Amino acid sequence: MAPLSGAGSVFEVSEAENQTVPEFSTGTIRRRRRVRWWRVVVLLLSGAFFIIPLYAGIKFSLQNVQGHFSFQAYEKLPSAPGFTGALTLSLKIALVTMVVSTLLMVPTAIYVHVRLPRLRRLLDVVTVLPIVIPPIVLIIGVLGVFPLWAKSSPYLLSFMYVILSMPFVYRSLDAGLGAIDLKTLTEASRSLGGNWLTTMWRIVLPNIRPALLSATVLTLALVFGEYTMASLDLWTTIPVWIAQFQVSTDGPIQVAASMMGLIGTWILLMLVVSIDRSQSRRTRRKQGA
Amino acid sequence: MSNRDVASSDPGISVPGSEEMTYRQSSVVRKFLRGFEPVLAIAPFVVYSFLGLGVPALAVVYYAFRGENGGWTVSNVNQIMHGVFLVGFENSIKLGLLSAVIPGVLGVFLAYAIQTSNSTVLRRLTSTAAGVLANFGGINLTFMFIATLGSTGVLTYWLADIGVKLSNIGFNLFTFSGVLVVYMYFQLPLMVLVVTPALGGLRASWREAAENMGASSWSYWRHVGIPVLMPSILGGMLLLFGSAFAAYATAETLTLGLIALSPIQIGNFLNGNVIAGQTHVGYAIAFGMLVILTVTMILYSLVRKRASKWLR
Repeated sequence: MAPLSGAGSVFEVSEAENQTVPEFSTGTIRRRRRVRWWRVVVLLLSGAFFIIPLYAGIKFSLQNVQGHFSFQAYEKLPSAPGFTGALTLSLKIALVTMVVSTLLMVPTAIYVHVRLPRLRRLLDVVTVLPIVIPPIVLIIGVLGVFPLWAKSSPYLLSFMYVILSMPFVYRSLDAGLGAIDLKTLTEASRSLGGNWLTTMWRIVLPNIRPALLSATVLTLALVFGEYTMASLDLWTTIPVWIAQFQVSTDGPIQVAASMMGLIGTWILLMLVVSIDRSQSRRTRRKQGA
Repeated sequence: MSNRDVASSDPGISVPGSEEMTYRQSSVVRKFLRGFEPVLAIAPFVVYSFLGLGVPALAVVYYAFRGENGGWTVSNVNQIMHGVFLVGFENSIKLGLLSAVIPGVLGVFLAYAIQTSNSTVLRRLTSTAAGVLANFGGINLTFMFIATLGSTGVLTYWLADIGVKLSNIGFNLFTFSGVLVVYMYFQLPLMVLVVTPALGGLRASWREAAENMGASSWSYWRHVGIPVLMPSILGGMLLLFGSAFAAYATAETLTLGLIALSPIQIGNFLNGNVIAGQTHVGYAIAFGMLVILTVTMILYSLVRKRASKWLR
């Protein structure tokens, strides 16, 4: 999500610069009009490309067998065979993933920021590896060497999802920690007699709450969307359940479940973006003062 | 080991004020242990990432060169360079390249159109939407597109109404062309996200300078704009290549595993669709993917270094 806030500030700079451009040459104005022309075409076409499938998905899920408008698919979804089981499994895996990820990444990120800033580059590299090594390669390696007791537990997925979530969890925490004056805060806390635990719990964590929240939300979205590892590890999580559902018997239910997944992810990610934005606004205000 | 752990973290949890005292009392051993504090603090992360990233990656490399009955061999790697597995790699690379170049070029135009528009609302909206859509991979996309371009899809009907039959123009959602179109749905926003900061780096003053010297719009782009943007565009395309080359979920659910792509062939090995005596070929394919992705990422970091030159 970091590129987003970066893009936002870049826009503001260029806006100020653009205003100084046109006044003195008529050529600029003529060209700008032509530019606007193709801009409309590009925006309309890409808008159509992104909106039509969404419209189609929603329309398809909102019709009954005869093709009339109905909420039937969404009503039948909770009672569809296997849905509750898949939902429970996904929730359990998500919960364990979020807890383990927080316990592992938060102390590490804080410690590295306060005591070992030299290691930040190493962490940058390690946490980008899950993007370079794709899930399909990781899972074939995992299933090849991990012991049977690990492979027979659904929480092996949690273990791997913590890895898959590292890139954005670490980046989110890193940005959050970079935005506050960690050194001054911890030193102030220590000199007022706060011990290590008090400093973490009452000073650092409340200050990086937005970063923590967006990391958690992104992890949740990851668990509810991940198909590769779950299906190859043979656990019927929500995405696997949707894919296995028989299209022939009830297509609209399958699409309805997908659309709920998409819209759910959409809402979660919008939440993250707005958290990031309010955070960066706060930082900017602080820097301005 | 656990004793050390307690000893070194002890000063931290002790009563405030007592820390100085314990520190003064500390023996040589204690000081020695304090030196280990950073090691112990970073250890959980290092161990965890080694187990979750290092071990699987090493396992892939190890098994890729092990024979079915033990011993070292290159026959697995040899097999993936021939026949159906080679086709898998060729298709995957073709898919990666096409879904890097097409959304890559379109993404630059889209990002430029958004960025130069006068509407703040549009910019806000699209930057949020791009952030959301770029994360939209996976199987939900499959079913959304089946409802759109499948045999009974909404867009299929619309096109049929105006006389366009998809099968006549060589398009089938459940084959290579379909996978390409579906990938565009997250590749295009990803490119917009990656290239927008670079477009912001194009100074209005450069354009003014070019115009003052009599440059046309074309020659401005030819000599200033495109050369400055090129590293960022190439970097973005390399990222898109990596993400399309390695993607499994969408292609698998859309084609039901029938398309010959390397990730799907690995999946087939794991699902047990294996000819006897070939069980390690799956690892060799994974190894091949690792090699290609490593090269991609090395190129990416080189290009990034050049791109950052103009972004300050």
